[in-house]
Amino acid sequence: MRIVVDFDLCESNAVCMQIAPDIFEVRDDDFLYILNETPGEADRSRVEECVQRCPKQAISIAED
Amino acid sequence: MTSIPRAVTIVGASLAGFNAAEALRRDGFEGPVTLIGAEDHPPYDRPPLSKQVLAGDWEPDRAALTDTEELADDGIEARFGLRATGLDLNARELTLHTGETVAFDGLVIATGARCRTMPGTDELSGLHVLRSLDDCLALRADLEAGPQRVVVVGAGFIGAEVAATARGRGLEVTVVEALPTPLGRVLGDEMGSVCAEVHRDHGVDLRTGVGVDRIEGDHRVERVVLSDGATVDADVVVVGIGVIPNTEWLEGSGVEIDDGVICDASCLVADRVTAAGDVARWPNQLFGETMRVEHWDNAAAQGAHAARRLLDDEIGPFAPVPWFWSDQYDRKIQLAGRVRPDDEVRVVNGSVEERRFAAIYGRGGRITGVLGFNRPRHVMRYRALIEQGASFDEALAAEF
Repeated sequence: MRIVVDFDLCESNAVCMQIAPDIFEVRDDDFLYILNETPGEADRSRVEECVQRCPKQAISIAED
Repeated sequence: MTSIPRAVTIVGASLAGFNAAEALRRDGFEGPVTLIGAEDHPPYDRPPLSKQVLAGDWEPDRAALTDTEELADDGIEARFGLRATGLDLNARELTLHTGETVAFDGLVIATGARCRTMPGTDELSGLHVLRSLDDCLALRADLEAGPQRVVVVGAGFIGAEVAATARGRGLEVTVVEALPTPLGRVLGDEMGSVCAEVHRDHGVDLRTGVGVDRIEGDHRVERVVLSDGATVDADVVVVGIGVIPNTEWLEGSGVEIDDGVICDASCLVADRVTAAGDVARWPNQLFGETMRVEHWDNAAAQGAHAARRLLDDEIGPFAPVPWFWSDQYDRKIQLAGRVRPDDEVRVVNGSVEERRFAAIYGRGGRITGVLGFNRPRHVMRYRALIEQGASFDEALAAEF
């Protein structure tokens, strides 16, 4: 599983960061950083929650 | 113990209804799912309607949440342009505005809310509210026509975003707000004053503490007469004075209505009937308070919860920390929690002068909320503390 963020859509609302702070971080520059682009299967449900809860639908999961 | 429905009908095809439908399929529900919506459009996202779409930066299709093909692929029967007008819980039947009756087993009520309007103004062109895509396109067309002045009635979040977008188009804007400060009833006057300054920084003629007496014009709006007697010439007027939950169709159905559809803590309304989104009023156990929340995040999460509640008696309460964002000018304003205007407010990060700060709210020794101006990271950190029921002192001592 690889996390893909469409940074043209991302508005740095930081919802993903609240759900998975070890994977997503919005820093003081207001930009989102992906801390772990390829989390393990144990993290899948949390990442899926991030995908669903993102107000801009900017996050997706690539299976490769 | 109620039984799991064999089929689910969702009334209301905006964010809550759409998320309800999607959640059923994600959770493996294999029975028929029907999504009934009053608007002709497939589900779309409303936040861009006061921002990107209104600004002309996006075409409306970018705000779509799905399309009829995708819904069909998910086995969701989409029926749009149909308004529910009645509910019979005993017969388990809906009535639509066409007179058609629709049998249901499980039901999610997600009929949302509509804009409050000013009485006696129906006949004037150039007068707008903003809720639907059609509202947005009508207002956009009027803004594109290059009006001399836009008057926004109500400096709530919708009014503020419309003002910001209109200023972004280079238009002259007057905002009229009856309260002493914009959003003062939500954020308190101290933070409301900051919102006022942000408007004035961007060249808005903001009039506070004054109401609108009437809107005048011959077929088209020409001027707004304020309660202090002042007159503001305008060729476009946008009224953003709140919403009314769409519950009239439930009158006499036995569903309890009190400024929204009354639900239990798990969003259950009646046997195999749940409600979600702007229309739902439920006891949020995290705050020990019954609330109806009109935010995007709530509609999405509660829609999913209300659908899952139909499949699982043990799902438990819906008890989130309400959260929303509002993009105005170059500021991202976010509020999480359940604040009152008389809560104690403390700036914990950044500075009000820079318009870049986080402030936390407290009451009864507990943190009740966090407000951020371009501080999404802090808002989410404090939101977690609110969820944990942290004390105000703990929150003040926290460093993020």
